[in-house]
Amino acid sequence: MADSAVRPVISTTGPALPVIGKSDTRPTWCPGCGDFGVVAAVEGALKRLQIPPQNVVIVSGIGCSSNLPHFLSSYGFHAIHGRCLPVAEGIRWANHGLTVVGTGGDGDGFGIGAGHFVHAMRRNVDLTYVTMDNQIYGLTTGQASPTSTMGQKTKSTPTGVIERPIDPIALALASGATYVARGFSGDVKQLTDLVAGGLQHHGFSFVDVFSPCVTYNKLNTFDFFRQRVYKLESAGHDPSDPVAAWQRSLEWGDKIPIGLFYRTERPTYEDLEEVLAAGPLAHQPAGLRGHESVLNEFV
Amino acid sequence: MTDLAVRAGGQAGDGIASIGETISRCFSRMGWHVFGLNAYQSVIRGGHVWFQARTSDGRPYSQGDEADVLYALDKQTVSVHAPSLRRGGTIVYDPEKFAVPESELPVGVKALGVPTLEFARKYTSQSILQNAAGMGASAFLAGIPLDLLHEVLRDSFGKKTGDVVDWNLGASTAGYEFAQAHGGASDRAISKRGAPKLLMNGNAAIALGAAAAGCKFLAQYPMTPASSIMHWMAAHSQALGVVVKQAEDELAAINMAIGASFGGVRAMTATSGGGFSLMVEALGMAGMTETPLVVVESQRSGPSTGLPTKTEQGDLNLMLGAGQGEFPRAILAPSHPAEAYRATIRAFELAEAWQTPILVASDLHLSENMATVDRDELPTDLTVPSLFTVEPNGHEYKRYRYTDSGVSPRAFPGQPGLQFVAGSDEHDEKGHLVSDVKSGIPIWVAERARMMEKRMKKLEGIAAQAPPPAWEGPADADLTFVAWGSTIGAIRDAMPILAARGRTTNLLHFPTVYPIDADRARAEFAKAKRTLLVEANYSGQFGHLLRAETGVYLSERLLKYDGEPFYPHEIVARALEVLPHGG
Repeated sequence: MADSAVRPVISTTGPALPVIGKSDTRPTWCPGCGDFGVVAAVEGALKRLQIPPQNVVIVSGIGCSSNLPHFLSSYGFHAIHGRCLPVAEGIRWANHGLTVVGTGGDGDGFGIGAGHFVHAMRRNVDLTYVTMDNQIYGLTTGQASPTSTMGQKTKSTPTGVIERPIDPIALALASGATYVARGFSGDVKQLTDLVAGGLQHHGFSFVDVFSPCVTYNKLNTFDFFRQRVYKLESAGHDPSDPVAAWQRSLEWGDKIPIGLFYRTERPTYEDLEEVLAAGPLAHQPAGLRGHESVLNEFV
Repeated sequence: MTDLAVRAGGQAGDGIASIGETISRCFSRMGWHVFGLNAYQSVIRGGHVWFQARTSDGRPYSQGDEADVLYALDKQTVSVHAPSLRRGGTIVYDPEKFAVPESELPVGVKALGVPTLEFARKYTSQSILQNAAGMGASAFLAGIPLDLLHEVLRDSFGKKTGDVVDWNLGASTAGYEFAQAHGGASDRAISKRGAPKLLMNGNAAIALGAAAAGCKFLAQYPMTPASSIMHWMAAHSQALGVVVKQAEDELAAINMAIGASFGGVRAMTATSGGGFSLMVEALGMAGMTETPLVVVESQRSGPSTGLPTKTEQGDLNLMLGAGQGEFPRAILAPSHPAEAYRATIRAFELAEAWQTPILVASDLHLSENMATVDRDELPTDLTVPSLFTVEPNGHEYKRYRYTDSGVSPRAFPGQPGLQFVAGSDEHDEKGHLVSDVKSGIPIWVAERARMMEKRMKKLEGIAAQAPPPAWEGPADADLTFVAWGSTIGAIRDAMPILAARGRTTNLLHFPTVYPIDADRARAEFAKAKRTLLVEANYSGQFGHLLRAETGVYLSERLLKYDGEPFYPHEIVARALEVLPHGG
């Protein structure tokens, strides 16, 4: 019977927006915050690729940057701290026809959510994860984050950070991400290209973004990055070369690379999960009707 | 009245569980109801494990107290379990391994030395084959026909054929015929009496129920005693079209399930108390975002790692209080696989109807032990309605629209014109945050209160739809047992024992542990002459809940927290203390 099948009721008469745009909620970030550049790049990339807003889900955790889903006209899920990626993965597996974008900060992704970050990459789930990495906890008013610089003084480290920072690019390469990039919110044009490349990429795309906190991080400012960043595409970097990508990921200091470090193709989790071969799970039939023979094993 | 139990004991790795399962399946194929207890330890090899396969005229709801046949693979089994043998019982053992001196036998119990190793050596040097010979002897004593034992053994090898199957059949025949020549059947031996029944543990019933309810996604992290839910579903993943995800931890498992539910499928996660402790924050997110979710919490002895392979009902307070703040939830507590199947379906229905997390409280005793179910107790022809019921209608779509019931129309990603953001922050009808620039502003203060009321009023609806308290036994009993979950089994088996002694008791049990309709519960308690609360925990957690919700205080209690399940004789003994003497 047809009613045992779960099928979407899609209406074409609704007030669908042709392309993604801003929602009716304005960002509440501090004036000058790096995250404005990131939301502009995400919006720009989705627009460029003409992905309808109803087919996009932007997922986030908690932190200043995790408010991002509220500012665009797509579907969104603003989850609890650190759990952006498992929620995003669940959404992908329920309906892999959707474009799923994870967003959040360095504390959310590399601190409390670090375990999920590594596992989502080794699975090569086909989603795009954009981190607004400001090397500080902003929403909780200025504690050290997993990417804060050694020696940096914060409210929680008044004598300076004594832990080596996580290198998100190297971690992503080691964990099996198939698209690894770094952007700078001071360069929205390149960042839009990187996010669009990630959205088009078949597999887990990671875009770490230098997105300065103008209130709590006086070290890693826009100027700090403007003086140091250089573009990998202008430096002859070959993103298909994993050894070169690894070497570039280790560069830090006077010269810091931004752009696409690495891109490769391998089957995604959705490709390998055989149940999904029959189409998006949300559109597949459900229930035991027609499967009553499973009871025979209990006789 | 027939009550027959075969017990097998030995060390982990000896194959005790498969002996017990084989005997249980023989009984169930003969058309008898069965309860099978698998008592094991948190070791892979060694230690002491045992299995009790029990059948009875009525329906056995527990392992019972005694056994008629004890198949002892080691000496320790004799010393631990011989006292449980009924008069007329038999110990099956191999004299080549150890002796059972006459002086160690309880009155009326005999020992039957069966050369199981010798029978096995005819075929192979692998000593595990001795089990088939021991099973053969035990089966004869229990009245199981040899051809049925062969059929069950053959089926247990699946499509496998060849020497191993033939050796097992041969060794079992040798054991069977040896017992026939030297033993004589138990005077309680049974014969075939009806159509085969289905034999399953609680976890299989939960997984089946989830599939019947339309579950398409299960995310789980391994933890005893919940793991076999994932095992069953994973084995049937492709046939049933259910995605099974072993997550990196329980945090991921529940968040994946919430994501999948938001994405448009019915989703579930399952765990034990330790894993559920990690899920607590996300449980609140399901409540706050109004995302349907079914969580199975199969309790084991705590606190902390506790006794990983032993049972308890110690997590009720945790389930009731899991998550910061307040949000609606329900806790369903089945006591038997047949009930677990239906409770899981009910959990999915409630989760979907009320857009909030629903817990199924199991425990090791229910999850891992086996019982028989009749086919008609497992309705499989349920209609699974589409989730996609909301369409754009020209009006602005509000995901969290205020309604009388507290339930708002639910849209899904992919549907045009209905975009919204599900937020773990407090939000307004459209899902917009009221947690930052709006918080503390008078109109948003009122909005927050109204949104809390919208969510919390769902509890009334859930209470009206969830299974109500239920009575079993005679109406005018001298004592009413009050219980929830798997402990009900031993009570059901204790009541006829008490009746045979002229003491009338009945049972008031709570298939829905929470929420409780206080007026209704008080009315039920008013019908009881005196009560005895039975729980497998130290503090009487359900008693506390009943007192808080209804004002009813149950002063007489039987609480158990040693990790072992209740035995009927313990219930009987405590009931006799509470009942008026000579009454």
